[in-house]
Amino acid sequence: MSRAEVFWLNGPVLKARVDGDFKMKEAVFVGDDRLAAEVIRLDAEAVTVQVFEDTTGLRPGVELVGSGLPMAVELGPGMLGNMFDGIQRPLESLAVKQGDFVTTGINVPALDRQRSWEFRPLVQVPASVAAGRVLGEVQETPDLTNRLLVPAGTGGTLEWVAAAGSYRIDEPLARIRTDGGTQEVALMTRWPIRVPRPTRARRPIEEPLLTGQRIIDTLFPVGKGGACAMPGGFGTGKTVLQQTLAKWCDADIIIYVGCGERGNEMAGVLEEFPVLDDPRTGRRLIERTVLIANTSNMPVAAREASIYTAITIGEYYRDQGYHVALFADSISRWAEALREISGRLEELPAEEGYPAYLPSRLAEFFERSGRVTTLAGTDSSLSVVGTVSPPGGDFSEPVTAHSRRYVKNFLALDRERAQARFYPAIHPLQSYSEYTINTAKWWRQHGGVRWEERRGRLLALLQEQARLEKMVKIVGRDALPPSQRLALFCAEIMVEGFLRQSAFSEVDRFCAAEKQSAMLALIDYFIQRAGRVVDRGLDPDELVALPVVRRIQRMGEDIAHHEMDQFEALTKELDAALDTLEGRGEARDHRLMPR
Amino acid sequence: MIDPKRYLLSTGVASIQGPLVFVRNTTGVGLFERVQIMTQEDAPRLGRVVSIADDKVVVEVFQGTEGLSLGGSRIRFLSEPIVLDVGPSMLGRVYNGVGDPIDGGPRIIPQRRPHIDGLAINPVRRDVPREFIETGVSSIDALNSLVRGQKLPIFSGSGLSHDRLASNVARFARLRGARAEEFAVVFAAIGVTFDTAEQFRREMNEFGALGRIALFLNLASDPSAERLVTPRVALTAAEYLAYEEGHGEVPSRKGYPGYMYSDLAAIYERAGRIMGRPGSITQMPILTMPNDDITHPIPDLSGYITEGQIVLDRDLERRGIFPPIKLLPCLSRLMNHGIGDGMTHRDHPAFAQQLYSSYAQAHRLKLLSSVVGEEGLSDADRQLLHFGDRMDDEFIRQDDQRRSLEDTFDIGWRLLAELPDESLIRLSDEQITEHVAAHRHEQ
Ligand SMILES: Nc1ncnc2c1ncn2[C@@H]1O[C@H](COP(=O)(O)OP(=O)(O)OP(=O)(O)O)[C@@H](O)[C@H]1O
Ligand SMILES: [Mg+2]
Repeated sequence: MSRAEVFWLNGPVLKARVDGDFKMKEAVFVGDDRLAAEVIRLDAEAVTVQVFEDTTGLRPGVELVGSGLPMAVELGPGMLGNMFDGIQRPLESLAVKQGDFVTTGINVPALDRQRSWEFRPLVQVPASVAAGRVLGEVQETPDLTNRLLVPAGTGGTLEWVAAAGSYRIDEPLARIRTDGGTQEVALMTRWPIRVPRPTRARRPIEEPLLTGQRIIDTLFPVGKGGACAMPGGFGTGKTVLQQTLAKWCDADIIIYVGCGERGNEMAGVLEEFPVLDDPRTGRRLIERTVLIANTSNMPVAAREASIYTAITIGEYYRDQGYHVALFADSISRWAEALREISGRLEELPAEEGYPAYLPSRLAEFFERSGRVTTLAGTDSSLSVVGTVSPPGGDFSEPVTAHSRRYVKNFLALDRERAQARFYPAIHPLQSYSEYTINTAKWWRQHGGVRWEERRGRLLALLQEQARLEKMVKIVGRDALPPSQRLALFCAEIMVEGFLRQSAFSEVDRFCAAEKQSAMLALIDYFIQRAGRVVDRGLDPDELVALPVVRRIQRMGEDIAHHEMDQFEALTKELDAALDTLEGRGEARDHRLMPR
Repeated sequence: MIDPKRYLLSTGVASIQGPLVFVRNTTGVGLFERVQIMTQEDAPRLGRVVSIADDKVVVEVFQGTEGLSLGGSRIRFLSEPIVLDVGPSMLGRVYNGVGDPIDGGPRIIPQRRPHIDGLAINPVRRDVPREFIETGVSSIDALNSLVRGQKLPIFSGSGLSHDRLASNVARFARLRGARAEEFAVVFAAIGVTFDTAEQFRREMNEFGALGRIALFLNLASDPSAERLVTPRVALTAAEYLAYEEGHGEVPSRKGYPGYMYSDLAAIYERAGRIMGRPGSITQMPILTMPNDDITHPIPDLSGYITEGQIVLDRDLERRGIFPPIKLLPCLSRLMNHGIGDGMTHRDHPAFAQQLYSSYAQAHRLKLLSSVVGEEGLSDADRQLLHFGDRMDDEFIRQDDQRRSLEDTFDIGWRLLAELPDESLIRLSDEQITEHVAAHRHEQ
C-alpha cells in the first residue's frame, strides 16, 4: 500500500507528502479513523485528496493510505429499497451503529454480506461465454429478477457454475477460463463510479417515459433513455415534481438522489414510498427504488460523488435488462460542491467561480443516460432527470445554461405560476422536448389517435394566449373582438382543465395515458364547439357561467380512472349546454365528436 | 475548565489580516479546533483553526482582531472543537454571542459540552414534521402553515415590523389543543441594537414568558465575525433543550452574515424531529432582504434551503396593515403534512388553494387596471378586485389579535362567498355548498 503524510489541510481538501505511487481517483483512507477520501491531484511530491467525511481535528502528520483501487461502488442484489449516502454507505446500518447523527470513521459495507439469495443457474458447463451473458439469477424482489452476468471485459469458457441453492453475495458462483487465467464471478461486483459501464450499442429514443403528468406527457415528453433538466427558482416545485415522477413514471427501477438538499425531503420519501403502490405492479414503490441521500449539511465531497454513485447503480440495473429512471435533485448543488473543492485547490475559476471543467463534467454526466443494447443483448434504458437551482431564478447562469446544451428536454418552472399555486408550474412557452416526434408514434399505437394534431392545437393556443395577453395589457379585454376573447377563454379552460394537476390529489396525482387521451380529446372538442357557437354570433362571455365549463375545469380531480365513462357523460352535457345556447339542436356536428 | 496539559501556547504571530491571524512554528494543532487569543489588556478572544500548512496555522478570530499586535498576542490552542456548556436551567437566561451568561447569574453547570457545529441528522432517523402549530396569524395558519420541526424564515426589509410579528408568534404559538407553555424559545438576536433586544425581553417578561426563553445576544456593536458563532451556539442550546429535555423550540434570529450555501444549510438543517425523541427544533429566523430584494443572495440561498418563507412587504406596512405579509411569495412546504382531515380541517387544503388562486388573479387584475383603468374590466374582474382588497383588509390585517384557526377559516369562506361558482374552480361542489353557500345568503 502506498502511504503519504498530510502536511496541508483546508476544509475537506488535504495534501500529503507521498511515499509510493498513487493513482488519480484512487480511494484512500486518512488517519486512525480511516476517513474515506479520493485522490484528486498528483504532483511530483504531493498527493491531493478530497475527504468524504468531516475533517475536524485532523492535523499535520496524519497518515494517508492508498487502496490501490479506484473509488468504486458495490453492485449486487439488495440495493433496492435501501438508502445510501453519497459514497454508498447504508444509512440504516450507520444509524444502528452510530445512532441518530452521522459521525465519522465508521466503515460499513454497502451491501449486506450476511444475507443469502436463492440462486438458479441458467447455463450448462462447459460453455463459451462473452461479457453480458446471463449465467443465472436470483429474485431480488418479488417483482424483479437480478441476473448474474459475465462481467464487462471478461469472456471465455465457463468451467463451473454453482448448483441451485442459497448463497451470499460475495461467494463465487461461476468460474470462467479467460486468456489470462481464470476469473470467478459472484453476485457482487465493484465498478469505479466515474467510468461509464460499457454497452453494446446506443439506440435512438422512440418511446416516452410515461410520467402520468399531463403537461409533460402531452406537451413535453421525457424520452425513455432521455435526459431532462428541470430548472426553477426556490419553491417553484422541482422536488415535488421529481418525486411525483419517481412515484408514477413507468420505469422498472428508480434511482432517486437527494444531492445537497433537505433532510426532511428524504424523510418524506422514506415515509411515503413504502406505503404507496406501484400502479403497474401493485407492489410497494419502495421495492423498485434505490435512494441516495447526501443532504446539504453532509460532507461536500461526498455530495460531489453522490451523483456518480447514483448513476453507476442506475447503469448496473440497466445492464440487467431494465428501464431505469434516475432523478437527481439538485444538479446545482453538485456543481457547487465541485466549485467549493476547486476553490480550495486554488484552481483558476471560470464563470461565477465554477471551474473551467464544469461544462465537460455536466456533459459526461448527462451522456451516461440513453437507450442502449446492453452487453446481454437487451433493449434497456437509463433516463436522467435533474433539477437545476439557478441563483435568483435566472436561467442564464452557468449550470442552467450548460445543462441546457446537453439535454433534449427542458422543463422550466415558473415563479409566477407557483406563486398563484398553479401546479405543475411548468412554463409552457419556455419549455421544450425534442422527443415529441419520436413519441408521436407511440401515442398513435396507444389510443391517442389524433395526439399530434391536438397537441399542436394546444401549443398554438398557448402561444396565442401570450400574444393576446400582451394586447389586453394595452387596450383592455373588452376591446378585443369576440373571437379573440374566446381564444383567451379557451386557453384558460385548457390551462385549468388539462394542464393543472396537483401532486397531492389522490385522484389526479397520476393520470394514465387513457385518461390523458380522453381529457385531451374533450378539451379539444370543447374548443372547437365553442368556436362554432361564437361563429354563430354569440358572445363568448355567455359561456363563462355554464356549469359544464366548471366541470371540465375540474375533471382531472373529479373523474377517477375507473370512471372513464364519465368523460362521455361530460361530453353529452357539454353538447346539451351548447345546443341550448345556440338554440338549435341540429347544429351539432358529429364529425367533431371526440374519439 | 481548561486543562493546562491539553493546550499549546504560541507567540509566533506572523501576520494579522482582517479576522485572520497567521501563526508560525506551531505543530500538533488540528483543523477547526478552538483557539483563545490572549492579550495583556482584555479577556481572551475566541477563534478557531481554519487551515494548516505544515507548521503554519491560520486562525479565524470571532471576536475581532482590533487591538491585537504581533508581539503582544499569545495564542492558546485548545485541543478540542468549539463547545458549549449545556445543562439544566438554561432557560430564563441571557447569554452573549458566544454563549457566556451575561445576566449576572451563575455559570451553567455543564452536563455535557457538545460541539457547536452539531452533527448531521441521519436522514433515516428523521421524523417527518407534521404537527400543526397554531401561530394565531391567519396568513400563516391558513395559507402557509407551520409545523413542529420546520424551518420557516421571515423575509423582511429594514424598518419593517418583523420584530412585532416574531414576538407575537413567540407569544401565541401553540399546538392545537395545547397551552402555549409547551414551547421553549431560543432567541438569538444577531447584530441587533441593544434597544431591540431589550424590548423583546421586556415583552416576554410582560407576558410572563421569560422563563421559557433563552436569549443569545450578539449586538450590532459586537464584532461581526462573532455572528458566525452565535446561531451555532443558540442551536446547540436548542438541541439540548429539544432532544434531551423534550421541549419544542422556536429559535429565532436576525440578520445573517453572508454565508455560502453549505454554511447556511449546516445551520438550517438543524431544525427537525428525530424518531423516538421527545422534542423538536422549529426555526423561524428573521432575515432582511437588502433593498427589499428577494433575489439578493442571502434570501435567495435561504429560500433554497428552508422549508418556505413568510415575506413582509413595505407597501402593506405603509398602508397600515399589520402583519404586512405579502401572500404571493410566501410558502410553507411542509404544510401538506400538517393540515387536512384529523389535523386541522378536511377542506383546509382546497380552501388555501382557492384563496391563493383568487388572490393571485386579483393581483394580476390590479396591475392590469392600473394600466387600462377599471373600465376595461368586466364585472367578474371587478368582483375579483374587490375580493383582493378585502383579503388585505380583513384577512391579512389582524393587528395584535390572536386569531383562532376557526375564526380564520370563517373570514376566508366569507370572502370567497363574494365570488361566483365559476371563479371557485379549486373547490368541489360539496365544499361550495357546505362552506360558501351559507355566507352568500348573509350577503
Ligand atoms: N405538482 C405539485 N402539486 C401540488 N403542489 C405542489 C406541486 N409542486 C409544488 N407544489 C407546492 O410547492 C411547494 C414547493 O415545491 P418544491 O419543494 O418542489 O420546490 P423546489 O422547486 O424544489 O424548491 P427548492 O429549489 O427550494 O428545493 C411544495 O411544498 C408544494 O406545496
Ligand atoms: Mg427542491
